Amino acid sequence: MDIILEGIGQAFILLVTFDPEVIGITWFSLKVSGTATLISLVIGMSAGTAVALAQFPGRRFVVSLINTGMALPPVVVGLFVTIFLWRNGPLGFLEILYTPAAMILAQAIIATPIVMGISLASMQQLPRKLRLQILALGATRLQMVWILIREARLPLLAAVMAGFGGVISEVGASIMVGGNIKGYTRVLTTATVMETSRGNFDIAIALSIILLLFAYAINLVLTYVQQRERPR
Amino acid sequence: MGKRLFSLLLGLLLLAPGPCWAQRGVILATTTSTQDSGLLDVLIPMFEKKTGSFVKTIAVGSGQAMAMGARGEADVLLVHSPAAEKKFMADGDGVERRLVMHNDFIIVGPPADPAKIRGTKRAAEAFRKIAASGSIFTSRGDHSGTHAKEQAIWKAAGVPHEGQRWYQQTGLGMGQTLAVAAEKKAYTLADRGTYLALKKRLGLDILVEGDGILLNIYHVIEVNPRKWPKANFAGGKAFADFMVSKDAQAVIKTFGVAKFGSPLFFPDAGKKEEALGK
Amino acid sequence: MTKILEAKNLHVIRGGSLLVDVPAMTIFEGETLSLIGPNGAGKTTLLQALSYLTKPSAGQVLFRGQAVGEAQPELEYRRRLAMVFQEPLLFDTTVFGNVASGLKIRGIGGAEARRIAESQLERFGIAHLRDRSAKTLSGGEAQRASLARAFAVSPEILFLDEPFAALDPPTRESIVSDLEKVLAETKTTTIMATHDRNEALRLSDRIAVMEGGRIAQIDRPAVILNRPVDEFVASFVGTETVLYGRIRENRRGTLAAVVNGTEIEAVGDALPGEEVVLCIRPENVTLAMGRGEAATSARNTFTGRIERIVPMGPYQRVHLDCGFPLVAYVTSQSLEGMGLIEDLQVAASVKATAIHVIRQGRRPAGTH
Repeated sequence: MDIILEGIGQAFILLVTFDPEVIGITWFSLKVSGTATLISLVIGMSAGTAVALAQFPGRRFVVSLINTGMALPPVVVGLFVTIFLWRNGPLGFLEILYTPAAMILAQAIIATPIVMGISLASMQQLPRKLRLQILALGATRLQMVWILIREARLPLLAAVMAGFGGVISEVGASIMVGGNIKGYTRVLTTATVMETSRGNFDIAIALSIILLLFAYAINLVLTYVQQRERPR
Repeated sequence: MGKRLFSLLLGLLLLAPGPCWAQRGVILATTTSTQDSGLLDVLIPMFEKKTGSFVKTIAVGSGQAMAMGARGEADVLLVHSPAAEKKFMADGDGVERRLVMHNDFIIVGPPADPAKIRGTKRAAEAFRKIAASGSIFTSRGDHSGTHAKEQAIWKAAGVPHEGQRWYQQTGLGMGQTLAVAAEKKAYTLADRGTYLALKKRLGLDILVEGDGILLNIYHVIEVNPRKWPKANFAGGKAFADFMVSKDAQAVIKTFGVAKFGSPLFFPDAGKKEEALGK
Repeated sequence: MTKILEAKNLHVIRGGSLLVDVPAMTIFEGETLSLIGPNGAGKTTLLQALSYLTKPSAGQVLFRGQAVGEAQPELEYRRRLAMVFQEPLLFDTTVFGNVASGLKIRGIGGAEARRIAESQLERFGIAHLRDRSAKTLSGGEAQRASLARAFAVSPEILFLDEPFAALDPPTRESIVSDLEKVLAETKTTTIMATHDRNEALRLSDRIAVMEGGRIAQIDRPAVILNRPVDEFVASFVGTETVLYGRIRENRRGTLAAVVNGTEIEAVGDALPGEEVVLCIRPENVTLAMGRGEAATSARNTFTGRIERIVPMGPYQRVHLDCGFPLVAYVTSQSLEGMGLIEDLQVAASVKATAIHVIRQGRRPAGTH
């Protein structure tokens, strides 16, 4: 028990004094997961919106594919991305294994279905007649899509937050494709695993606290969105 | 409001100075225990500063490290699993196998020592006693160098251990396996370096040490570019040369003294393997 | 009167069914036309086809003589109309933002948009709600905002799809009268779908009665009410008594029709032996105490038993059995005064001229 208490105490010291390694890892995690979320936003939101608003044969199958993708285990993504990025693998010529680029790629693959699925649900939740009303106000199809996205902006924000939450907290794929290299591909989650196995509980707890803060912040946003959407 | 927040985020990400997103370098495959000891945190920056190259240290078990080398996915290996290394060389996957350093393994366990192995001279004998008493033994079970050594001792002991109720395989790294052993008040085989680093929090004692079979010998091997042309042979060789160089060996000699009172490793570059031993 | 909108052979097919089938329809500039009919009659579908919000499966819609989708570009046409739905469908922004949204779509912003939006807010009595979030409005306030939003773009045609159906009576009353004033002021051509007959009667210059995707009758309200072209229209517009009979004789326009053995006098030009439908509006039926004779100039006086009395607010609906079913409206005062109760025998009379005769299989001239 005192190991834990000691660890927590030292963790606070590390945090309050802005220990450079901890700060560095945090900032790097934000950059990697942030970039991956950005990519997933562009691809996921446009695809999710397109599927939500369009009618085409096989639509239901596509929707179920997206929903399956949302439940993709990150470690499975990590394994397949690693295999593809091996020097002797199909994408080996890119030479990005064990680099931040590979981590961004893997995390983008994990986050995109999440963003896509929730965007899809968000857009579908808009009243069907709203489209007609927007057209009746003289909007072009493009204007209509843009207005619909603006109407669903809060649930769409939740989609992005969910995507970010999914990747900032994942460890399997990040370790496999990144290699947890000090100062280069080490993120909060991978560093926590390593420090724990080394027995450096103070650093591990400090990193965990930061991760928890992120989780809390994301939760705050999601809760705000949810509560604001409640009908009177 | 949303638009401004968005552009701010975008700006931060793009403008923030960051590492080169996809740098090429030397892929060093080594073991978790080597990384956990902290030795590489001193040696690697030294090497990088000296040569200007960039080392990607991938810490996995010896088995996986050699598997990576055997696939051409690593450039140089720093491992401590002699039998597997010999096979690696025999398969033509490595160019040169050079001795770097050694440390030793110890058998640790609960201070109460139900199997009464404290002070036993031979490790194999201690294992036999543990098996006889049915006390829990935690194994790494991950084909690491440590695990290979442990299997060798069991073989020497000649007692059945696989599948026995008291024999528990964690599949984890050394630090975690020690933590599990501490929790269960069990016996385990550990390298001295990791044990010393965690000693304070474990509550396990060193019960058996010094037997020749407990020597843990590290070699550095460059991956064969003829078999794997994509390997960065120049970089791998430079690293291997560095590990046996005077500067690196000097660092190895004194590493750990300040923190633990005794060095964690013993530099052996240039010596013959048979000549090692305490 | 200028024709502002015409439909030619308009068909809308969805899911294999023919939802709208209108061979010809004309709407005149400045008029208010109501589409009435039961649920599923195709009112909404017709509105959406006429406004080109959904493309018709076949046929043409001509705006000021130009076919929409051909000589008349769709987008341009849509920008000259506005539609208000049963749900307000406001955007998640302020009331002002909503009212100005149509202008924003057309690229009109700044001071001009503000001027227009504010005058519409004023017109519909919601200027005090300008900066409130649309989510916080009551049903009536929201629908006013929706109307203000529609009028802000100065539409040449205003389409209304059952806009007041979801509102409670007092709110409804208030908005309808405000809309009446605005329409009188702007003289905007309005096409309104509703299933409230009274609303239709109050606001419309013409009424179109729809059934099964077709227009059964389109004419001025008085004509529809008093000269419904068939039983469906008759029962839909509120003719409570619909009787089936056969003409016995026709003496210079005065008909003697036999219904369930009783003779009823009407006016029309049906031929002896012809089967007809007689429509009697309940407000045209007078009740008196006693049996047989009553001091009225009605030739049709029947003795009947009161089967049921249904209160309808200011008046009462009395269901009689005179050998055939007959419905009369009586004011609550008269009911009390006469002491009308169930099972009482009374005398019911109707003027021959107040009975509308529909000849089976033929429509009277003068309808579109």
